[in-house]
Formats: sequence, C-alpha cells, structure tokens
Amino acid sequence: MILQGWTLILVFTLLVILITKPMGSWLFRVMAGGRTWLHPLLGPVERAFYRIAGVDPDRDQGWKDYAVAMLAFSAAGMVLLYAQQRLQYYLPWNPRGFAGPAPHLAFNTAVSFVTNTNWQSYSGESTLSNFTQAWALATHNFLSAATGIALAFALIRGFARREAAGIGNFWVDLTRVTLYILLPCAFVYALVLIAGGVPQTLAGSAAATTLEGARQVIVLGPVASQEAIKMLGTNGGGFFNANSAHPFENPTAWTDFLQMLSIFSIGAGLTWCFGRAVGNVRQGWAIFSAMLILFLLGVAICYWQEAAGNPNLHALGIAGGNMEGKEARFGIAASALFATVTTDASCGAVNAMHDSFTALGGLVPLVDIQLGEIVFGGVGSGLYGFLLFAILAIFIAGLMVGRSPEYVGKKIEAREVKLALLAIAVPPLVILGFSAIASVTRAGLAGPLNHGPHGFSEILYAFSSAVGNNGSAFAGLNAATPFYDGMLGAAMFFGRFFMIVPMLAIAGSLAAKRRTPEGAGSFPTTGPLWVGLLVGIILIVGGLTFMPSLVLGPVADQLATINAHLE
Amino acid sequence: MPRHEQPGISMFRRDLMLPAIGRAFVKLDPRLLWRNPVMFTTGMVALLLTILLVAGQASGSLAFRIQLAIWLWLTVIFGNFAEALAEGRGKAQAASLRAAKAQLWAKALSGAGDACRKVPAELLRAGDLVLVETGDLIPADGEVIEGVASVNEAAITGESAPVIREAGGDRSAVTAGTRVISDSIRVRVTQEPGRGFLDRMIALVEGAERQKTPNEIALTILLVGLTIIFLIAVATVPGLAFYARGDVPVPLLAALLVTLIPTTIAALLSAIGIAGMDRLVRFNVLAKSGRAVEAAGDVDVLLLDKTGTVTIGDRHATEFRPLSGVSEGELAEAAYVASLADDTPEGRSIVALAREKYGVKEAPLPADAESIPFSAHTRLSGVRTARLLLRKGAVDAVLKTVPEQTDSSAATELQRISAEIARSGGTPLAVVSNRRLLGILHLKDVVKAGMRERFAELRGMGIRTIMITGDNMLTAASIAAEAGVDDFLAEATPEDKLALIRREQQGGRLVAMCGDGTNDAPALAQADVGIAMNTGTQAAREAGNMVDLDSDPTKMIEVVGLGKQLLMTRGSLTTFSIANDVAKYFAIIPAIFVAFYPGLAMLNVMRLASPQSAMLSAIIFNALVIPSLVPLALKGVKYRPVGAGELLRRNLALYGIGGIVAPFIGIKAIDLAVGGLGLV
Repeated sequence: MILQGWTLILVFTLLVILITKPMGSWLFRVMAGGRTWLHPLLGPVERAFYRIAGVDPDRDQGWKDYAVAMLAFSAAGMVLLYAQQRLQYYLPWNPRGFAGPAPHLAFNTAVSFVTNTNWQSYSGESTLSNFTQAWALATHNFLSAATGIALAFALIRGFARREAAGIGNFWVDLTRVTLYILLPCAFVYALVLIAGGVPQTLAGSAAATTLEGARQVIVLGPVASQEAIKMLGTNGGGFFNANSAHPFENPTAWTDFLQMLSIFSIGAGLTWCFGRAVGNVRQGWAIFSAMLILFLLGVAICYWQEAAGNPNLHALGIAGGNMEGKEARFGIAASALFATVTTDASCGAVNAMHDSFTALGGLVPLVDIQLGEIVFGGVGSGLYGFLLFAILAIFIAGLMVGRSPEYVGKKIEAREVKLALLAIAVPPLVILGFSAIASVTRAGLAGPLNHGPHGFSEILYAFSSAVGNNGSAFAGLNAATPFYDGMLGAAMFFGRFFMIVPMLAIAGSLAAKRRTPEGAGSFPTTGPLWVGLLVGIILIVGGLTFMPSLVLGPVADQLATINAHLE
Repeated sequence: MPRHEQPGISMFRRDLMLPAIGRAFVKLDPRLLWRNPVMFTTGMVALLLTILLVAGQASGSLAFRIQLAIWLWLTVIFGNFAEALAEGRGKAQAASLRAAKAQLWAKALSGAGDACRKVPAELLRAGDLVLVETGDLIPADGEVIEGVASVNEAAITGESAPVIREAGGDRSAVTAGTRVISDSIRVRVTQEPGRGFLDRMIALVEGAERQKTPNEIALTILLVGLTIIFLIAVATVPGLAFYARGDVPVPLLAALLVTLIPTTIAALLSAIGIAGMDRLVRFNVLAKSGRAVEAAGDVDVLLLDKTGTVTIGDRHATEFRPLSGVSEGELAEAAYVASLADDTPEGRSIVALAREKYGVKEAPLPADAESIPFSAHTRLSGVRTARLLLRKGAVDAVLKTVPEQTDSSAATELQRISAEIARSGGTPLAVVSNRRLLGILHLKDVVKAGMRERFAELRGMGIRTIMITGDNMLTAASIAAEAGVDDFLAEATPEDKLALIRREQQGGRLVAMCGDGTNDAPALAQADVGIAMNTGTQAAREAGNMVDLDSDPTKMIEVVGLGKQLLMTRGSLTTFSIANDVAKYFAIIPAIFVAFYPGLAMLNVMRLASPQSAMLSAIIFNALVIPSLVPLALKGVKYRPVGAGELLRRNLALYGIGGIVAPFIGIKAIDLAVGGLGLV
C-alpha cells in the first residue's frame, strides 16, 4: 500500500516535469502574440472581438491602464454575475425552478467566481440553475483564469522588457489566453472526461428505482464542461457540493489523476514561459525546482501523516491509515496528493474532506494556502505571487554577496521592495485579522461545528482559503450565513485585488529599467543555492507570520490527539 | 587587502566609549529615534510596559515585569550606543583634521602686482587670488595660476614627501591646510568657504552629512515591512487566543513583538554606514557621498587613463639605437648635448641615461650655445652653436629637416628602427647632427610597480579593466600587455572616452573611471564612479565623486571591496536577524499558550525552566546580541574576491544557519543563568 502510494506521487511528479515545457512554449507563443495552429480558425474571431470592443490590439498599456482595465472588467463581471444569480428564476435552463439565492449568498458567489476563488457557500445542485452553473459561473471560470494568466504575462514582460513604457494590453491578453489556451484545452479535456464517465447533459435529473424498490432522483447536468475548466483554470468550484469526491465529477482513478495533473499544468508551464521570456529557460527551471521542492515537502508530510493514521484508534485495535472523509475509490495516497495539489495551486477542488485529515495532515493544505499558493499556484497568480517572494529573496541574497540586488538583469530597488512587501503583507493582515474578528464575535463563533483547536482550524482555514483565492473548505464550518458570506467575500476581494495592484506597479517599474548583463560579480539565479534560498525564505517568512495561528489550530490539535485529550 | 589602510582609531578606547554611552541616552529622544522606525517601535513598546508597570495594570510577578521593561529599554539603548560609538570614532578623526584647518590666514592679492593684505581664510570666496610663499599654509582649495612650488600635503594624505604643484598641466590643484615648503605660487580660490576639501572630509567622517544610500533605504523599507507583518501577527494573537478562552497578557505580547521584529540589524544599520565612511577615509580616499561608495561595489568595468595612473606618467629613455656607421658613443654624446637644455622629465632622463649607461662625461653646454625649445609646430628641440646644430624630435619631423635624404639608406634604417620601437610600445625620438642622421632614442612609458597583480585581483572581483590612452595602437597594446589590463582604447580623444563610457552604460554595466587630467573631467563626471587622483587638476577633482589622496588607481580594489563589504554586512546581519526569530518563537510561543493548551509544552524544545524565564531569556538574548555584534558592524564582514555564489554560500552558512542555531544555545544559556541567579 505504502509503496504504491509513493509510486503514485513519483509518477505524478515526473508527468508534471514532462508537461512543463510543451505547456510553457505554448503559453509563451500566445503571450508573444505569435501564430498558433488555431489561428486560421480563431484568428477571425479574435479580430472580430477587437473590432466590436473598439480595442486597438497593437496599443501597449502602461501598468496603470492595465490595472484599470483589469479592475473595470472584474467589477463589471461581479455586478453581472450577481444579477444573473438573483434573476435565475426568470432565465432559461432552470429545469428544477430554483429561485434566486439570498443577497449575501449571491454576493459571496459573485466575488468568489470573479476572483478565481470558487468558494462555494451555495450547494450547486440544490441552489443554482443549469444556466447559472453552465453559463454564468462557467464564463467566470474561464475569464477569471484568463485574467490571472494575463496578469502573469504582464509581470513577465516587466522582467523581460528593457526601458519600455508598457506591459502589454489587458484586453488582448485576456482574449488570446481565452481563445488559444483555455477554450481549446477545456474542449478536448471535457471530451476526455465524458469518455471517462462524467455526464454532460442539459437534463435536470434522472429517476431510478433502487434495489429496495425506492425511487431515487439522481441530479445530472452539464458537468464535464464545468469540470474541465474547474481544474485547468484552478477554479475549483464543482457542479456538485461534494466536488471531485462525487462520482459524477470524478468517476475513476484515471480521471482523478488527470484532474490533479491539469491543476498544475498551466502553473508549471508559466515558469518555463518566464524563463523563455527573460532569455534563459534555466531561470524558469530554477523557479520550477523551488516549487517542486515545496510541493514534495508538503505531499510527503501529508501522506506520511495520513498513512500513519490516528494513534488513538491504533490503541483501540483499529489498524491502518486515516480513511475518515476519504473516497474508498481513491484511497489515502491519491487523497493526500489531491489535497496538496489543490492547495499548492489555488484550485480548491477537493476529492476528500480536508477537515477529516489528521491534524498535521490537514496542516499541510492550510500552510500551502497561507504561503500564498505559490507552488505552481493558481493560474498566473502562482507565478506572480512566487516572483514577489523572489524579489525579497534576491534583495537579501544580493546584499549578502555585496552587490546591489538584481534579478534576471533588473535592479531590485526601494520601490520594488516596498511594493512587494505591500503585496506580501495583505494575506497575513486579512487572514489573521478576519480570523481574529471571527474568534471574538458571536456570529463568527457560531460557524465552526467543532470545539477546541479543531474548530479554530476551521475558521483559520476558511479565511486562508478565501484570501488565497483557493476556495476549498475545511468543511465543518457553516459559512452560509450573512456574517461569513460577507466576511469571506471581502477577504476574497482583498486577497486578489490588493495584491494585484502593487504587483502590476512592480511590473511597470521593472519594465522601465534597463537590463544588466550577467557578470561574474552578480549572483547566479539558476543554481541549487538560489533554489534553496527561495525555499528557505518562503518557509521562514511565511512560517514566522502564521506560526502563532498554526500553533493555536492544527498543532494544538495534533498535540491533543497525541495526549489523547479528545474533545 | 588592507594594503593602504592607515591604523584606525581603536574600537573600544575609553575616551570614545564613555561619551558614546552618554549619547546613547540622549538619542532616546523620540524625535531622534523616529529616524529608525524599528527601534522607535521598540522604544514605544518599552514605554508602554513602563506605563503599565507604574499603573500596576499587568499580570505576572512584579520582578519579572520590571526586568522585562528594563531589558526592552536596554535594547533601544544598545542600538543607540552602537550608533554613537561609530559617530564618536568619526569625530575623533575629524578632530585631527580640524587641527589642520585651525587658523588659516590668506595673503589676498588685489591685482597683478605683489601687493597683498592678510585676511582670514574663511573670508575667501571662489575666484579670489592669493599669494602663498615658502612656509605658508595654503588657505583654501584652488588652482595654481602662476609659479611652481613644492608642497607638503601630509595634513591630508599622511605622506610627508613633498609634491610639486605648478601652474598649467595636470598638477595645478592645491588643497587648503597643506604647506608650501619652497618657492611661491599664486592661487585662484575655487571653493566657497565651508565647502572645501577638508570641510567635506570632516563632515563625512563625523556622519553629519551622511545621507542614506539607495540600498540602505530599500533595506529600511524591508525592515519596516517585516515589522508591520510581525505587528499584524502579534496583534491578532489575543483575538485568536480568545477562541480557546485564553488570555494573553500585554507584557507577553510586547516581548513577542520585540523579539520578532528585526531589532538586531535595525540597531546596527547606521553604525555600519558610518563605520564604512570612516574606513574609506582611512584608505585615504575621500568620497563625496556614500552613494558613490555603494555604487563602487557594483562596478563592472574600470576605465583607467594610462598616463599617471597605469604608468608613472613620464617617459624615460631606456636605450640609444645608432644607425649603422654611427657609434653608440657618438649618438650618446649628441643626445646628451641636445638634451642638456631640455628641462622636461624626458630630457632629464636622456641626460641621465647617457651618463650612467653610456659613460658620457659631464660637461656644460658651450658658452655660445643657444637652446632650441620644443614647439608644437616643429616638434623638435635641440641646441645651436656656431658650428653645430643638434636637434631631436619625432622621426617624421626630423626627416623633414633633411628632405634630400628621404630615400637614403639612413632614412630607411631610421624608419625601420623607429617602427620596431613603436611596436614594442616605446616612443622613438630621432637625433640629427647638422644634416647627419645619427640614430634613435628609445623612450618608454614605465608601468607602475605591482600593477599586474592588482589588475588580476580586480579580475577576480569580476571587474574588467580598460586602459585608455592617446597613444597609437601598437604602443597601447604593448603597455596593456605589460600592465595586464583586459582591454584598451588607443588614440582616444576625450569624446572617445565619453562614448566608451556611454556604450558600456547602455549595455547595463556600471562604469568606474580613474583619471587625473582636465581632459578626463567629462569622463569622470559621466562615469558612475569617478575617482580623481589627488595629484590631478582641480577640474578632475571636482568632476569625480571620489578623490584618491594617494593617487593610486588600483585603490579601486579597496573601494570596491569596501562597497561590497558595506552591503554584505547589512545583508548578513539582516539574515541573522530574521533567522534568529525561529528560536525565539520556540521560546516564547509555548510560554504564551501553555497556559490554556498544556500540550504545547512539547514545543518547548529548549526545555526552558518556566514561561517567565523563557520570555525573559529571549528578550535578554535579543538585547545582548546587539552590543556583541557591534565589532562586526564596525569592522565589516570579510570580503574575498571569490565569486558571488561562493560568497553567498559562505555568508548563508555563517549568518543564516548560524543565525538559526546561535539563539537556541544563547537563550538556553541565559535561561540557566536566569534560573541560577533566581531572577524570576
């Protein structure tokens, strides 16, 4: 069993390495505006969009214009999505006649999908119409993902360009990413999933008679199409409340494996794209390696803990690992791997209940999210989040070798340090601040189903997931209340946009600089030393910030388990 | 490395320590403390605890709370002390410089004549003319406009051998406070009062004019950012703990905050900068700003003006090459006589060589001899008597005097020898007696001793050296090879120099330039780091952002090393400071939370005696680490030219890993001491 588990993790790792370059070179071509084999088909569509929208595709935007375009687009998306939900009763494809969800729930869902979080306070199959799911939400699955990738492109251009005023055109990036990457990938991927047994229909449900003769209504819908982009765009919002643990979303071990791989595909590809753009693919592989190390660390701890199981149950003669909250179809290894992958990236799809993990096994997804989901990460957001840490790491490393710090030829100066810190300070502020508010207010304390440190973990996880735009839930927290819908909605909003604006400012400031050629005195950012330093800085800065909260949550929980203070 | 370094002022002299301790308390003034946000935060926390202590509002034993407050104050005071000590060392150095400036009087000239009146030096303005005679101190920085004098510049360079200062040429700059020991000169003052060389030097070492360098500003922002992040982490603890019905007393939160924020590096940051400037002055280099020193650490390319920097500056005769049919003695005799009246260093070297190597007897010029001075027009000089016309000069100029021999075998041989000498990097001078071609004098640029090794060292630091010269390609190539520079630019005009610097800068490289002449001034100004030689002109000294008082171009090595050292010291101590937090967490977190989650006692990996002792030990460690790192901050982290990867590996192991391990040991030791002394 154990050997099989490690083999699964190893094979998965190898496949991630294999897909990185093909995915990366495709991304690079789209970013650079090159032709792909899809151009004969989609080129006219792309140009038609620009004509209708009045966009000049050749006009470069400075970082402020880029940011304004992105913010305006997201704001419009949020308003529209809110309206579509509230009015779903009057809109088509509503076979089961659902009324519009409550305002706080609709608000939460609107923010959630526009920020690429896909936190689901609603229960899909019992709240939302097919139109809302397959059109309104799925649109944002594409567009929020495309926005993330566009933003990563903007930052990559900041590093790659010399003495340039612009960092690209948001409308062009958005259109190209959607047309040439997300749509074709999702289309093929959905077909594969259908072949794997995932339903795709506009019918509301099927009726069946069970063996005992009882009548059972089985909810169906356009699942495969939503499933594909849910993974690919690291959205994570499932058609069913049970998400990828549901047999219709994730029927077999193969679909499960494919889903995990697709979560990492674009995030991994972007590292290669970065290296290619700055003129040295080894720069990209260095980032990839640091991410891979963090991933392996996480999955190793998580799987080890889950496979070890609960000592208290062992004492009672129940042998084996922790199977609570896991699908028997997937088992411990595939669940631990899925949990690590989905939280390393800001996907948030789940195939097991993270709440039921052992305390330290559950600590891994939580820490992954709190570090900023920068291990391959959310599409686009993973890379730019990681590069913010790289800026801090290179600043300290640069000083230590006695040279003004520079990364891929760009001098890192006071302005970049300030902006990077601004962006990095947002998650701790919102996660810890909001968790603290939830811990001292009646409405907040009403949320967790458990008491003691585990209940606290549930609150901490919810806000971490929201700020990190992950969207996975620890479960065990009743979040469909005005308090949590509102707070989590705000957390998702801050977590996304308060990071993006300083990040784009960095892109603009870097693009304007000249590039220094690598010299003997400059510190090489391609070797193992750099990779180690990156991992160290991320773990120490991230770890130090969240340690008190982690000690009060999962660590206290674990020690209670060991000391058998079962609460 | 410290080849040039003068003995500094001992670090812990009592007369420096005592005032520094006093100043450490004065610096508690919030208006002064505010400039260092991290220490200001620490001060505020200390103040808060003191207020709570007086108001009796906090939990925990009284002795514990008193000690906590005391150690927090000490943390701030230790930081202030480090800064005050660094400033004190600079002040002591400034005092000795001030002595040179003490009371300067000037003999102000009003017109062309020698009529002058005595005025105090501080009344002199730029443009005034002064007369300086034997034994006088030069009253202000300026330029010699008339006369030659030997000047003792020991007051600023520490070198007592006199130097020549003369009007025109590249040695016309004089510095206030130096003494004329022979002859008299007229000097035009070039500096407004209070902005002179000595004034700047004094201000620099005192730290009065110290502005934060770009990297220092960025680092300060990083430290403030980390402080804010830790403030968030600590401020939310009571809220989070409330969930567990836990109550976290304010003193404990205060202790947690102060140990987490990067107090170590923040306390030592300005001391590092001040000490760096102080070290620079001891290298006999005067920088106009700290920014220039920091930039020196980043230099990729070093341009050196050949004459006066790479070579001694004067060409010396090394060999006489007679044509066939002419004896060596005959040529030497002619060269000797032709050069007797020539007072240039070249002429003197010909005379010396003729006597020493070729045994020409010392003889005065014939009474009727008339010297022919060198003119740019003829490019010839020599001696004329009634029956003899001896001339020497550039080969083509000499050949022009005998046009009928242009195609003779003598002329061909002359040109062959001359080409040979030029190829070897020398300068050929032809000698003609009446109308007879005698041969060639071989003049050579002499490369300063030890250049090759020093340039190799620069290469090790990753710096490419380019020699710039007005010489032709052949000469330049040969000298470049002899000196061991990486590249050279021959037949360079001032415009070429500028263009080269711009081209390198366009390529993203940081350029340093060493030069001394007025024609170097534009290049010195354009370069990112311009080092003017002190022997150079006032124009060069103004254009550069550093002046090397020893006029040694390879001083760049020390300056680069110092610039790197400054950054490395800051980076290493920052790493140390952050790495320390790991152990502090393991001391304080269990101490705070164990009250409501007893299981967390397992996290007390250091087995500290009690929560109060753990907290106090962490705070004491945090405070004591500051004074114990003061020597390192003032001396700087060691720099070796070994490549960036190797440097990082070393510093990361020492200050990163060391920074994680050291506090585990330190806090445990202090905990044992606290327990042993019964402090809590």
